[in-house]
Amino acid sequence: MSRLIVGPFNRVEGDLEVTLDCADGVVRAAHVNAPMYRGFEQILQGKLAHDALVLVPRICGICSVSQSVAGARALADLARVVPPPNGQHAINLMLATENLADHLTHFYAFFMPDFCRPVYADQPWHSEAQRRFLPGHGEQTRVALAARQRAFTLLGTLGGKWPHTQAIEPGGSTRAIDAAERVRLRAKLREWRAFLEQHLFADTLERVNAIDRLDALWRWHAQQPEAGDLRFFLTLARATGLAGLGAGPGRCLSYGTYPQPDGTLALPAGVWQMQPGGAQVLPLQTDCISEDASRSWLESGRAGEPVARHPWSGLTRPAPDKADAYTWNKAPRWAGQVVETGALARQLVAGQPLLSEAVAQHGCTVLTRVLARALELAQVLPQMEQWLRAIRPGEPFCIPAPLPESGQGMGLTEAARGSLGHWVVLQQGRIANYQIVAPTSWNFSPRDAAGVPGALEQALVGAPVRPGEDTPVAVQHIVRSFDPCMVCTVH
Amino acid sequence: MNVLWLQAGGCGGCSMSLLCADTPDFHAHLRAAGIELLWHPSLSLASGSEVLELLQRCADGRQPLDALCIEGSLLRGPNGTGRFHVLAGTGVPMIDWVRRLAARARHVVAVGSCAAWGGVTAAGDNPTDACGLQYEDERPGGLLGAEFRSASGLPVINIAGCPTHPSWVLDTLAALAADELTAADLDTLARPRFYADQLVHHGCTRNEYYEFKASAEKPSDLGCLMEHMGCKGTQVHADCNIRLWNGEGSCTRGGYACIACTEPGFQEPGHAFDQTPKFAGIPIGLPTDMPKAWFIALASLSKSATPKRVRDNAVADHLVQKPALRRTRTK
Ligand code: SF4
Ligand code: SF4
Repeated sequence: MSRLIVGPFNRVEGDLEVTLDCADGVVRAAHVNAPMYRGFEQILQGKLAHDALVLVPRICGICSVSQSVAGARALADLARVVPPPNGQHAINLMLATENLADHLTHFYAFFMPDFCRPVYADQPWHSEAQRRFLPGHGEQTRVALAARQRAFTLLGTLGGKWPHTQAIEPGGSTRAIDAAERVRLRAKLREWRAFLEQHLFADTLERVNAIDRLDALWRWHAQQPEAGDLRFFLTLARATGLAGLGAGPGRCLSYGTYPQPDGTLALPAGVWQMQPGGAQVLPLQTDCISEDASRSWLESGRAGEPVARHPWSGLTRPAPDKADAYTWNKAPRWAGQVVETGALARQLVAGQPLLSEAVAQHGCTVLTRVLARALELAQVLPQMEQWLRAIRPGEPFCIPAPLPESGQGMGLTEAARGSLGHWVVLQQGRIANYQIVAPTSWNFSPRDAAGVPGALEQALVGAPVRPGEDTPVAVQHIVRSFDPCMVCTVH
Repeated sequence: MNVLWLQAGGCGGCSMSLLCADTPDFHAHLRAAGIELLWHPSLSLASGSEVLELLQRCADGRQPLDALCIEGSLLRGPNGTGRFHVLAGTGVPMIDWVRRLAARARHVVAVGSCAAWGGVTAAGDNPTDACGLQYEDERPGGLLGAEFRSASGLPVINIAGCPTHPSWVLDTLAALAADELTAADLDTLARPRFYADQLVHHGCTRNEYYEFKASAEKPSDLGCLMEHMGCKGTQVHADCNIRLWNGEGSCTRGGYACIACTEPGFQEPGHAFDQTPKFAGIPIGLPTDMPKAWFIALASLSKSATPKRVRDNAVADHLVQKPALRRTRTK
């Protein structure tokens, strides 16, 4: 058995180190370390409740709107208010802009560049991969960054600035949109749609959304294998075996997202799991959520207290000298189980037919994770067009939301990379406890008290390590297929 | 000019903001300005051992380093060990890497308020003992010490902001690449004066409401945010309402207060972020350069002269009163 320590792991958000035990050309065990601690949960203690809305977006610069939404929703839960329809639509538009732009950034700037690496120099597709995706030079990456910049101008209008807008309040959004602005925002969505249809899919979003079977997907690919970056990804996925790489725990969590005025969620909540006779979706029970700090540089509480704590009673106190600990991340579990979260989880919980079949055949792997994000772009952009149309200029965007002196509130949402929850306990107007469970905390969790490895730790087992590789490319594909955000993880 | 960019104790938001720079081709923009990225955590191919090698060469001086950009605050804790942030794959605290690299760099640039002053990471009782490169809030010192000068002779250049504006960064780097940024171009807190000599108040769309002290009372109101909603735009050095964000945005245009994110210590204002602290009904933080007596006199005069249009619109989220139609010619 040999040991590899891989880091700094770039093109992920934040700092990541992975320790790999390898034998016979494969990874036998992995330990995932988030080597930075900032202490937001400690910083928030004793603060005025509303001040959290300035602090929490700054947990993360890549999903700051998601953090705002979770924080505002936790306060809305305390205040027992629901934003008016305009506010809901505006917030959904902001969140969707961030999530979809994130999918673009991830695909073009973080994930695809790995195919430009020298290990693949002898592959027939290598020069095409470089032409499209080489960092700093790749034609497609450059066009995508420009599309991303344009997409975020939606946030300039809807939220003043990005990242770290303060436009998201428990009672709605602070920026009322007038009729002319609605027209301009619509033009920006059209521009975004044009980018996706020309560059990513080389097809209309409607035709992409109509692909409901795996064989139909490959037929779509075969028609024009060079057209569009998603088809090129499928070519590479087949050539490098991504369908069988990086299988997760086979259990997926989504809090659901994009609430609508009729009380439904555009993407539903639930827990999907693989069963011998087929997949099953269980209702989301938030009281089944716990965090375990047995292998984290954090105190686990007094002897005799349960190691796994629900976020209402969560504890965050650094213990940097703790023996056997190897990360600043805690180990979140659902009903004691390891779950995976992200775009694939959302789509499986929603029963998306193509991905359900793809996962039935291949499992939750690098291929299906990347595909889920691309398909989510095709699926959510038309919904954004509808939400924008539903905005009624002149009607309210934000209602007053006076907070009680004491109580507790929960705010759940979906960031691009998965389920994000904030739990806040208020006493005499001040925050007595604030717990954040971020998407990558789930995916990149360490082992728990029972020694069960987290989702990525499981997904890395079996990854091939080529002779001489000290930063194995297969490991890079698997890690980046989760689109991790380490700054959120350890907050 | 080559640039090495590292992320310390921050959120990555300054990098993400940078990618929103208003240009049709981000990388071509850099190249045209003579900026070459040696390595950036989000934008480079090199990973793991390839990066370690590069860092080592920079630290030894084998690879000349023109500009070291640090994003995020420097985490000195626990107990001065720096173990709250160990650079992945190295076993060495980030603060040690930064000290070594800063000693070699021609210029050292703090990108964002975390790297400049400690920023939001230093809020509360600062559990990680976070500080900026050369400041700890407004006190000179920080990780590198008040006396530190990089090889160019300049102090750490503080492109403060949370996040910082993409074009504040690009303009600064381009000016450095062209050898056009001198000590005289930095303000007393070492921020580039091209943006720090402005106030957020300049160009604010709410200026008419300000003149008449017609004030917003709740989130989404159109009125001036200074009197009740905590806005510090009249005191804060930044050109956010002249050089807009993400197309046509700014905090005040987005309907919320300027919280002074370019200023040291903004993370602990000593009052609720969204409320203006007052003494005897008068805001404590009065506009920069304005004597208090004058402010009070003018405010009471202008309040009594406020047109109905301005007064009504100030507490609505859209224009409820339109300006009257008048002949604009004298004959
Ligand atoms: S200054 Fe603000 S945006 Fe920049 S890294 Fe710090 S928290 Fe993030
Ligand atoms: S308006 Fe104020 S808080 Fe907003 S970005 Fe500018 S300086 Fe920062």
